[in-house]
Amino acid sequence: MLRTQGLNFVYPLGERLTFPDLRCNDGEHCLILGQSGSGKTTLLHLIAGLRTVQSGSIVLNDTKMSELSAGQLDRFRGRNIGIVFQLSHFVRSLTLEENLGLAQRLAGLPVNHSRISSILAQLNLTHKLRAKPDALSIGEQQRAAIARAVLNQPALILADEPTSALDDANTEQVIQLLQEQAASVNATLLIVTHDNRLKTRFEQQIQL
Amino acid sequence: MNTFQLSWKNLRYKPLSTLLILVLFSLGVGLISLLLLVENQLRENFEKNLAGVNLVVGAKGSPLQLILSSMYHIDAPTGNINLKEARPFLNPKHPFIDQAIPISLGDNHKGYRLVGTSQDILKLYKAQVASGKVWERNFEVNIGASVAKELNMKIGDEFKSSHGFVDEVDMKHDHTQAFKVVGILAPTGSVIDQLLLTTTQSFWLVHEHGEEEHQEDEGEEDHEHEADHDHDADKGHSDEDHDHEKDKHSEHEHDDHDHEDGEHEHHDHEEHDHEGDEHHHEAALNAIPKPLFEENDSAEITSLLIKFKALNFQTLNMQRNINENTDLQAATPAIEIARLYTLMGTGEQVLRLLAAVIIFVAGLSIFISLYSSLKERKYELALMRVMGAAQTKLFFLLITEGLLLALMGFVIGTILSHLGMQLLASFMKDTYRYSFTAFQFLPQEWFLLIGGLLFGFIAAVIPAVQASRTDISETLTQG
Repeated sequence: MLRTQGLNFVYPLGERLTFPDLRCNDGEHCLILGQSGSGKTTLLHLIAGLRTVQSGSIVLNDTKMSELSAGQLDRFRGRNIGIVFQLSHFVRSLTLEENLGLAQRLAGLPVNHSRISSILAQLNLTHKLRAKPDALSIGEQQRAAIARAVLNQPALILADEPTSALDDANTEQVIQLLQEQAASVNATLLIVTHDNRLKTRFEQQIQL
Repeated sequence: MNTFQLSWKNLRYKPLSTLLILVLFSLGVGLISLLLLVENQLRENFEKNLAGVNLVVGAKGSPLQLILSSMYHIDAPTGNINLKEARPFLNPKHPFIDQAIPISLGDNHKGYRLVGTSQDILKLYKAQVASGKVWERNFEVNIGASVAKELNMKIGDEFKSSHGFVDEVDMKHDHTQAFKVVGILAPTGSVIDQLLLTTTQSFWLVHEHGEEEHQEDEGEEDHEHEADHDHDADKGHSDEDHDHEKDKHSEHEHDDHDHEDGEHEHHDHEEHDHEGDEHHHEAALNAIPKPLFEENDSAEITSLLIKFKALNFQTLNMQRNINENTDLQAATPAIEIARLYTLMGTGEQVLRLLAAVIIFVAGLSIFISLYSSLKERKYELALMRVMGAAQTKLFFLLITEGLLLALMGFVIGTILSHLGMQLLASFMKDTYRYSFTAFQFLPQEWFLLIGGLLFGFIAAVIPAVQASRTDISETLTQG
């Protein structure tokens, strides 16, 4: 379960953003809608622990993230939060399989090859197992990013504009996969987007 | 996928940049390492070959040349000296001189120097006969371990020497008696391994014969006659000389000799008794030669290696006395070699400086490569943070890449330098008859490793700090 309370963020230039409190249960899927500049990405980064919380609190499954040390936060994030970005990034020198293995290792988990194989099979990427990220199409990269996000069976999956670079067919597929995969590990799914194509697919929506 | 493997994959991902760094780094390391190896082995060779010789006496000329030719056998001699001048040093009763070893140079066998000397030279270089026996008679030869190995020579082998120091067919003394190998020396690691040793008198015989070539037939008859005569006359040494000296000299020399004998009568007598009659009826060519001390004045040797009984005021003055008051030259090996080091040192310093510059450039290229890669890698570095990597993880990732480059550069450089040494060793062996080895590893090479790693570390520190400070959120927002 994810709860945020009284989150504020002040940019270096002084602009202040105040975010509404969030409450998402385990396995619940939420859509956060907002136009560019509304601070969607900032909110997502705050929740992911990529930015330091200045005021307010974020609690994920009884852990108050704002109270963790930097090192603890890194470890906690790796273990409990999976993130899909607008454009997916990979370690370019590693194959897809190695990238996923790296995600397990960096989270402090042992490399589990059967888990990697099964998740890639579910996302129809088995044939790209030993491909370098460069050799993947945009759609494949986004599916691979989903695979990486759910790999460690996180409590929370965050997706930042996961479909903005995709065509309708790929959008449909990516959202469906995100929902399926989140459900399969019973994770809370939080998607921030300005993509109106997604509105129809989510019951719980929050407008920034 | 640990940090080390990840670093390795990252380096392999940019093969050209990695290659450039490795080429630079290994060149720098290789050059320094090669310099260390050459310098070390040269010094080792030089010092081993000093063999406790205090003074080298020879013809006037360059003292360094005298030392190099007589002790290291890598240069042409300064000339020859008459036995008349050298005789005082050969006196076994000399108050200061422990050993005076005659050296006669000028001939080679397949490029290996033939040295006419006395058996004392074995003691000087602590050499022992591994098989066979020590040479005793004229034209008997002991060969150094390297000579035996390289020329595949065995006891009983016969050969004719060539004039000069390089192997040239038309310089062969074809008409003289052949030398015969009677002993092979155990390896000493000193220059003696590269030499063929025989009696001083053999040298004279070879060269007298050379001059007499056209009259050889007569000479052969003379031989028999003289040998018989010898037996009767009981005056062995003068007849020996007589035999092989050009006719026009013989009269004159005979006189000389008688005079000389008069002075050393007592000594002479002893010798004759000792040698006994059994050798005197043999051809003089294969005779056991007399001590050099008793040979005639005009005979020549190249130089004398002198070892003092003790170093004192008189021995210190001896060098100056010789140089100022005689036609001879005396040189101190230790001083000349120190001078040689100084000469080599300058060139060496320039090369070292060059190597240091190359290593510096290599370090700089590590820095530039890592630093510029930060820009293209910022997303993946941010991503690694997202996936749970702590800041220190990124720091050590970059440091590991720097160290890995330095380590590989060191390994390749070391391999290169030892291969280079191998190449140089074969070249040096052909040119200088010196044995170098490519497989000697020096403690300094560990310092080079530590130094190289330190360079890699320093070059990687700034990029590593930058990497660890990557602002994840900023970076990902830009993407």
